[in-house]
Amino acid sequence: MLISKKVEKMQPSGIRAFFDLVLGMKEVISLGVGEPDFVTPWQIREAGIYSLEEGFTSYTSNKGLYKLRLTISRYLKNRYGLEYCPDEEILITVGVSEGFDLSLRTIINPGDKILIPSPSYVSYGPLTELAGGIPIYIDTQDEGFKLTPKALEKYIDKKTKALILNYPTNPTGVSYTKRELGGIKQVLLKHKLLCISDEIYGDLTYDFEHTPFATLSGAKENTIYLNGFSKSYAMTGWRVGFVCGPKEIIAAMTKIHQYTIMCVSITSQMAACEALQTGRKSVEEMKREYKRRREFICEGLNKLDLECIKPDGAFYVFASIKKTGLDCLNFAQKLLKEQKVAVVPGTAFGREFNDYIRISYASSLDNLKEALLRMEDFLKNNRRR
Amino acid sequence: MDEILEILEKNGRAGAEDIAKMLKKKPKDIKEAIKKYEKEGVILKYKAVINKDLIKDTDSSVRALIEVNITPQKDVGFDKVAERIYSFPEVSSCYLVSGTYDLLLIVEGKDLHTVSRFIAEKLAPLENVKGTITHFLLKKYKEDGVILKHKEENKRIAISY
Repeated sequence: MLISKKVEKMQPSGIRAFFDLVLGMKEVISLGVGEPDFVTPWQIREAGIYSLEEGFTSYTSNKGLYKLRLTISRYLKNRYGLEYCPDEEILITVGVSEGFDLSLRTIINPGDKILIPSPSYVSYGPLTELAGGIPIYIDTQDEGFKLTPKALEKYIDKKTKALILNYPTNPTGVSYTKRELGGIKQVLLKHKLLCISDEIYGDLTYDFEHTPFATLSGAKENTIYLNGFSKSYAMTGWRVGFVCGPKEIIAAMTKIHQYTIMCVSITSQMAACEALQTGRKSVEEMKREYKRRREFICEGLNKLDLECIKPDGAFYVFASIKKTGLDCLNFAQKLLKEQKVAVVPGTAFGREFNDYIRISYASSLDNLKEALLRMEDFLKNNRRR
Repeated sequence: MDEILEILEKNGRAGAEDIAKMLKKKPKDIKEAIKKYEKEGVILKYKAVINKDLIKDTDSSVRALIEVNITPQKDVGFDKVAERIYSFPEVSSCYLVSGTYDLLLIVEGKDLHTVSRFIAEKLAPLENVKGTITHFLLKKYKEDGVILKHKEENKRIAISY
């Protein structure tokens, strides 16, 4: 056999065929996109171009350009009062995706359990398994898609190593207030567990201030803080993110990173520097726009009787299609074929979420409006008999 | 700036109903706010941004930027002279500026001849106009924040996590 047992055991995403169907169709209004519909702000793109003109085409240090690490360090200090040393506690990664993979590979011993509130982003489970760990899913459906300290406590045992938090959450948009995070932190500290906190959507929190997990008192030493530029600065294709954490963990992660990745593209790193230095205004503008779309789409979905919890952040709504009597894949396929509107079936984010679809509102208002009209038609034509 | 204005500045056709949904307010309140802005002159008018390069016959296919030096008048300064100048329908924009000249005009006409004639016969002979320098526009790239290009195709892949 050519393929390793471990990889062969990995489940390919069950909705791959659906994705191929969407990609093969033309003139689809897609609410299935997991990235901003804005282009990277011009001054950031320009900084990338300029760096190429100036001949910055080499490797950087493994940890990433010092200038970028310093800028990140200053930014976190100014914005959240969060202090990370640019020399030892920050690593530049190929998006949060790499940071996440490194985190797991760095901390997991065979058989360690990793807690994952679900629904969750697609890579958490498979990457945990690849790293030799056991993903333990905590279904948050009945708690408004939020992990509660009580639920968390129930799942912890001797083999538990860490909790993965992602807030605002992809696919539900749900986030946590400082108080709610405090409750989770208490449990983690009590059991001496690590928190891998994926806060890529942190800047896109609409109704309250985002609280990085590491800012909670006593949490920093046990937190791996993951963030990046993809979502807030509309830089998905640049592939640049960063990890902050205790220096022993960062040093260990850097060992893997130096052999697998070497370093992130220097062009992207230079553009990311510019983003942090001058991009705040663009972020705020985009955030206001997403917030308006959120109100618009939630109102529309409610009118269609597709129940959803109003998201606190990111640009997703996880809507219930239970009343239609269709399972999510069926719903998504029919909606695509009959009305040319694409959404992501809920099961992509966990087996239990057959009654849900993820709708992305990172799309123009005209698109959202048209999509809602088409969905209305769709629901009329597919009324439950 | 009020978010209502931010929305309308980008899309003058956004309806009160949609704006209300976006801002989670009552349509009635939005309508009233817009009416108030219109009354106060904050919102002056609604218009379409047209790419005239794509239209064959138009009365404004030639545009010129004109620097004008004028003599200010007692009591009213530049305003009175400016008014005499901007009242010509050929003048589409008129600004008082600092620097080596006083007024900057944008003048439109259907051809070079029309614009030149306006300058020679109407503008230059005005009593308080000391001199003019005309720059004919060769190509428009961006106007009022709008890049004059065909809509770009969507570069995102249609579905992703």
